[in-house]
Amino acid sequence: MSEDLTQMIIAATRDLAAEQGVEIDGTLDANTRLFGEGGLLDSMALVSLVIAVEQALEEKYEVGVALADEKALSQRSSPYRTIGTLAAYAAQELATRRKGKSG
Amino acid sequence: MAEPVTLITGARKGIGRHLAEHYLAQGHRVIGCSREATDLAHAHYRHATIDVADEAGAMALFASLRKEYGRLDHLINNAGIASMNHSLLTPIDTVRRVMETNLTGTFLFAREAAKVMQRAKFGRIVNFTTVAVPLRLEGEAAYVASKAAVEALTRVMARELADFGITVNAVGPVPVQTDLIRAVPQEKIAGLVARQAIKRLGTFADVANVVDFFLRRESGFVTGQVLYLGGV
Repeated sequence: MSEDLTQMIIAATRDLAAEQGVEIDGTLDANTRLFGEGGLLDSMALVSLVIAVEQALEEKYEVGVALADEKALSQRSSPYRTIGTLAAYAAQELATRRKGKSG
Repeated sequence: MAEPVTLITGARKGIGRHLAEHYLAQGHRVIGCSREATDLAHAHYRHATIDVADEAGAMALFASLRKEYGRLDHLINNAGIASMNHSLLTPIDTVRRVMETNLTGTFLFAREAAKVMQRAKFGRIVNFTTVAVPLRLEGEAAYVASKAAVEALTRVMARELADFGITVNAVGPVPVQTDLIRAVPQEKIAGLVARQAIKRLGTFADVANVVDFFLRRESGFVTGQVLYLGGV
């Protein structure tokens, strides 16, 4: 699941970078820093990426997930800091929503 | 699809119902919602029976909206409840209920609507406040506080969403003859009207006129504004 989500986030990041004319050096993987020092995105682009991931999750798994989080912009504990942490967070929220939907 | 897609909360009755009919008459695809079912039937109207403060219900509504229309041009955040009571006699459950519908509901719908709108780099969000905020109306502390919060939300979200091509404004009607004010004593309404520059009740058309202005494509440079009716 987490690997699927990582690939989904990588694809969404590439789409967003292309749309916004941002050049990506090298490959993207779970360790790629999304924002903050050495990060790919500014805060507006991060918002767009999170929304794109929410919509991709909805299309693939047919469940609405809001990836909203209190620690969104924290450098140390934000679930959005890398592609890997975002994938893990998305997996957790998706599981919660699916459980809620079936129960 | 060229027709605008317009979402209206609290569309079963009162101002929301009037606006639903008004925009259907202009050819919009209208999605309405309210806590109870509607009798409004129109080929271009869809209705969702949900509470605006229920996140799961709102998420499901936006998911089906995205699926059916693929976009959203306008959100009219009209759903609201009032509570006439002296602050010292107001139960905390009433305060929570008023905040949930008026503030949380407005926030939740603006958040989810903006996610759809940002894809097209275009959107119009119109929130609802009241002249009771600038008039500091006694006997409506919880209601006025919830609407003051909606005004603050309008101004901050206007700045946050500007880069996405989304404007966020608010209209503040004077009393309009709806269920919201049915329980308010006649002399209280008369006293409120007396404080307006133009001393009469508002009409649905007065409100629709302001909403029309905020929704216009030409109003893309107007955001974060609160427009009160009646010269308050």
